[in-house]
Amino acid sequence: MNTNKPSRKWLEPRVELPTGQYRLITLASFILPILVWCLVSYVPFIWHPNVQVTSPGDVAYFKEGMLLKREVFANELEKMTATSKTPPEGIPANPIYLPAPDEVVRALYTSFTTEPQRRSEQWLHESLWHSITVVFTAFFLSSLIGVPLGIICGTYAAASRLTEPFVEFFRYLPAPAFGALAVAILGIHDGPKIAIIFIGTFFQQVLIISNTTRKLDLSLLEAALTLGAKRLQLLFKVVIPGVLPELYRDQRILLGWAWTYLIVAELIGTSSGITWFITQQARYKNFDNVFAAIFIIGLIGLLSDIILARLGKRLFPWDKSGNKA
Amino acid sequence: MKPLVLPSYLEQEPAVKSRFDALKQRDVILDVKSLGKTFPAKKGTVTALKDINFVTHRREFVCVIGPSGCGKSTLIRILAGLESASSGEVLLDGKPVSGPGPDRGMVFQGYTLFPWLTVKKNVMFGLLNQGASVVSAESEAMQWIDLVGLERFADNYPDQLSGGMKQRVAIARALAAKPRILLMDEPFGALDAQTRAKMQAYLLEIWRNIDITILFITHDLDEAIYLADRILVLKANPGEVHELIEVPVPRPRSPEQFITPEFLATRKRLDDLIHPPSTESEDDKLNMIRFTQAGDDIEPAE
Ligand SMILES: Nc1ncnc2c1ncn2[C@@H]1O[C@H](COP(=O)(O)OP(=O)(O)OP(=O)(O)O)[C@@H](O)[C@H]1O
Ligand SMILES: [Mg+2]
Repeated sequence: MNTNKPSRKWLEPRVELPTGQYRLITLASFILPILVWCLVSYVPFIWHPNVQVTSPGDVAYFKEGMLLKREVFANELEKMTATSKTPPEGIPANPIYLPAPDEVVRALYTSFTTEPQRRSEQWLHESLWHSITVVFTAFFLSSLIGVPLGIICGTYAAASRLTEPFVEFFRYLPAPAFGALAVAILGIHDGPKIAIIFIGTFFQQVLIISNTTRKLDLSLLEAALTLGAKRLQLLFKVVIPGVLPELYRDQRILLGWAWTYLIVAELIGTSSGITWFITQQARYKNFDNVFAAIFIIGLIGLLSDIILARLGKRLFPWDKSGNKA
Repeated sequence: MKPLVLPSYLEQEPAVKSRFDALKQRDVILDVKSLGKTFPAKKGTVTALKDINFVTHRREFVCVIGPSGCGKSTLIRILAGLESASSGEVLLDGKPVSGPGPDRGMVFQGYTLFPWLTVKKNVMFGLLNQGASVVSAESEAMQWIDLVGLERFADNYPDQLSGGMKQRVAIARALAAKPRILLMDEPFGALDAQTRAKMQAYLLEIWRNIDITILFITHDLDEAIYLADRILVLKANPGEVHELIEVPVPRPRSPEQFITPEFLATRKRLDDLIHPPSTESEDDKLNMIRFTQAGDDIEPAE
């Protein structure tokens, strides 16, 4: 169908967008939420449930910079004007837990450029690096066993029966529930954290990879058999290359899951990494820093996924469904 | 309309007859002995094949036709070793076969090329399995790719090829493993009429030039007559041999022969075997309602 109106095209199922629109809409998916955030932060009459005191007037307990509920402020203002004392002044403000974009950007910048206020604190990038190491170590260990096991389960019925019922049961056990046990066995440092992410990823990984492997077109194996391929040749020359692009896509999704287990994992034992940074900053009500840290995690996830998608396109040039970013 | 007066399909010109005599003197490549196959079903079993007997001689071209569901694919899969027989046996060069092997090449309707390998590497697959070195496999593969006229596409992935080209690669890949017999299950079934005609000519040309016996399944009667020395006609429920017909059309074959008397006579015979008028049941009748206005038809109403 050849409709020129873009709006019409957007309603057609599974029609590819022209490159220009594709880019524009991708951009919009980030711009729109930021725009909403900006509106809420900078347009005084949108939301702003609080008032920040700029001059206390004659109200005894008001101080400059204080955040108050709008009603409380209005109440005091009324009292002061009624008794013809100096009325307090203030501007509409958002709650402390919603910093404005510019504050977050500034916090982001400062956290990378200025030394932490307390000796015991880590630089943001140090906490981040620690978290990244934990996630990738856990994911690597999980993949080291999970991927081969998944492929074997998806290829050989006996392996599948021996493994999958138990794995199926185990994956319903919440990974964080093993926290105390992991600390008892592995100590209080990175060991238990890696273990939690491993438990959270591994069992899903085995099942997902084995299902992906089972989706390989059986007739490819039959073709290989009639071409003289035997046992292990079938595994290494047909099954594995045949499922590789799909398996790579699974790994990208699983890596995302590993990240979601990070926060719980880092609260176990001595809290560490980016989670420690976030909880510390939240305790001091530095919510701009909290947001900055959360954004960085998102950014790292997004960037690594884009890089992996690009790499996937390179690695599997025959794959028509493609590794989409 | 005057019906054509056709000769009997059993009449053979001297040249055709002596060709069949010579063919029968050749070694038997494939010997199928009282082959039977039953599948388990909801209640009891279904008999897909029953007491199939036939032989193919070296460099013979045999086509198998039969109504849908008569067990053609089951038969060829048993011959390939992808399915086991319930009874009877299959001998290749006199030795019973069990399980698949490179001595029986197979071409499937769905191409089944390895999408992660280029055309060249697809063709090299069987050679490497048999322990050829990469260098010799590569040069041999290129010869087969040349043979099917795809040298320009040797480094393309299968997805970048048309259906006809893919099937040529599949043929080259099967032949490269040097099978004794090439088993083909409706290989041109998914192709358009023009491409199919071209592929038929290609296949005959290839078959003439190499030492290969071909067993070819089709549901296209013209295709069967055009290609085959003999046609194995199966009937359904259970799948049994109806007749093994010697095609009286002389070789070399060409599309002009589609309207020769012996071609048409064979065609008539196949038609009668596959669609016997007596089998038309009440279920096959359309229950037609008129949606046109009375008097709107060009032909007068009956
Ligand atoms: N794996 C199976 N399990 C049970 N029944 C089967 C199986 N494979 C085939 N059959 C049955 O055996 C019969 C023959 O099937 P087959 O696919 O060999 O027919 P065919 O002649 O190739 O048909 P078509 O012309 O449609 O390709 C059918 O009735 C089918 O339902
Ligand atoms: Mg079939």
